[in-house]
Amino acid sequence: MVKQLTIVSGKGGTGKTTVVASFASLAANKVIADCDVDAPDLHLLLHPEVMKRTEFKGAKLAEMDKTRCIECGNCASVCRFHAISDTPSGFALNPARCEGCGACVFVCEQEAIRLRERISGYTLVSRTRYGTMVHAQLSIGEEASGKLVTAVRTNARQVAEDEHCELVLIDGSPGIGCPVVASLTGVDLALVVTEPTMSGLYDLTRIINVANHFGIRSMVCINKYDLNESNSRKIADFCHQQGIPVAGRVPYDSIVTEAMVEGVPVVEYSDGAVSKAIRAMWSYIKYTL
Amino acid sequence: MIISVASGKGGTGKTTVAVNLALSLSNDADVQLLDCDVEEPNAYIFFNPGAENEEVKPVHRLIPEVDEEHCDYCGKCASACEYNAIVVLPGQLKVMLFPELCNGCGLCSMVCPRDAIREVPHEIGVIRRYRSDSIELIYGVLKIGEVRATPLIDRVKEELRPEKMVIIDSPPGTSCPVIAAVQDSDYCILVTEPTPFGLYDLKLAVEVLKLLKIPSGLVINKAGVGDREVYKYSEAEGIPILLEIPYSEAMARYYSEGMPIVAAMPEWKKRFADMIEEIKLKVKDKAKEK
Repeated sequence: MVKQLTIVSGKGGTGKTTVVASFASLAANKVIADCDVDAPDLHLLLHPEVMKRTEFKGAKLAEMDKTRCIECGNCASVCRFHAISDTPSGFALNPARCEGCGACVFVCEQEAIRLRERISGYTLVSRTRYGTMVHAQLSIGEEASGKLVTAVRTNARQVAEDEHCELVLIDGSPGIGCPVVASLTGVDLALVVTEPTMSGLYDLTRIINVANHFGIRSMVCINKYDLNESNSRKIADFCHQQGIPVAGRVPYDSIVTEAMVEGVPVVEYSDGAVSKAIRAMWSYIKYTL
Repeated sequence: MIISVASGKGGTGKTTVAVNLALSLSNDADVQLLDCDVEEPNAYIFFNPGAENEEVKPVHRLIPEVDEEHCDYCGKCASACEYNAIVVLPGQLKVMLFPELCNGCGLCSMVCPRDAIREVPHEIGVIRRYRSDSIELIYGVLKIGEVRATPLIDRVKEELRPEKMVIIDSPPGTSCPVIAAVQDSDYCILVTEPTPFGLYDLKLAVEVLKLLKIPSGLVINKAGVGDREVYKYSEAEGIPILLEIPYSEAMARYYSEGMPIVAAMPEWKKRFADMIEEIKLKVKDKAKEK
């Protein structure tokens, strides 16, 4: 059975990708999936060589034929996404706001609007020296990142089966909305990377509630734990109350940024305290998966 | 004037910049601070309002409800729905709704020939409001399990009063919630850090702002760590650097305690206020060009 592990955080910038890249280096026989399709960074550490690129069609897009339009404004009045507005040159569509629902098409008596498919991005299957990596490229201003996350995960599962891998290692995105939920559904374990700040603590409670809501088992990694040890204790207490294991405590060290600048996972760049903590955390997670 | 604060990469310091800007302006202007990062709103932490001092109002969006007495299972609603949020099983005389897939467009109720679908409110979160002297903080909190942030962001922005000095704290990333948050702002401050991750995501954010035709400038946070690539990029693209905030353990610690920089280090107040003056001039110049 292929196991799936997703790394999420709630709050952004806590160190998800740093952890994932190191796990990619430490874990054997896995597929890596970058599901932070909005702002993907994992490739900057794993240097994928793209083998296969597939068009991704997300939401549709309304398209206006202004030669048929009589400026009645019915379309704008039914659009709930503020995607059609009355401009000096007539009713106009803002593609960035269009959700492709088709309500405007339905009410237009002139048949001046149609829905067309749009290519919202690409899913990529790549080779890295850590194994196969599945990732994506979302075109600028496109939505449907939740759907794209699902497409990346489907591809990753397929690759894992084809290559007889034991693990899909998933880098999630910040927040608790559609891309995050899409990266969490049905996984065996969510590792939440947090930091000992008030924001980190508050956002941790929200993402843990989301994981509980969807019945996902979770663990916590306190990154930069020595930045504020009293907050780190608050996080550990919260985890204890919730019955959630603290899988690791990683100290703050500028070596992490140095490794990032060099473009390598930190566990390969240094043997210091950060790398030791991440290695220990991986051993623990591997054992409990 | 509306100034949004965005970033691409998460955790670069958007909220720090938004909160400190609001505090630096509050002597001279009526300030509205809108936290549009409704998935993980954090600005309020720096005001520590206490629940009893906040005004809370629930926010709903519409989802369909089928009156099966009038429904004849024709399936028009299901075939019209682009999101597969409604499925009709004529053989079993059954309609199934998936509210989490529904984006509330209302098309199903429009196409139903028997008027059997009405729309009912479904709570997606709350808007909280707190007033502190001349700052009005308004923020949305998305309900756990709700996946669509954009409708709540739109509702937070309905509270916006453009005659005031409005600061918008945007969610991270580059897709729909970010667009909803920054749209219609006069200027966008992009907060980045001088690292490869910071730069890569900054470039994506810059492209989004170009698409939306919103002028932008950079705040480089944690200056001194990482490399010089962000500086080279800013010069090559002609995107001005408005402010640099050096990395310091003291600042990281104030942040971790929920203390604004300007409260702990008052000399920063002028730097943030000066930045706004610079932005005001840029917005004026832009208006003249038009």
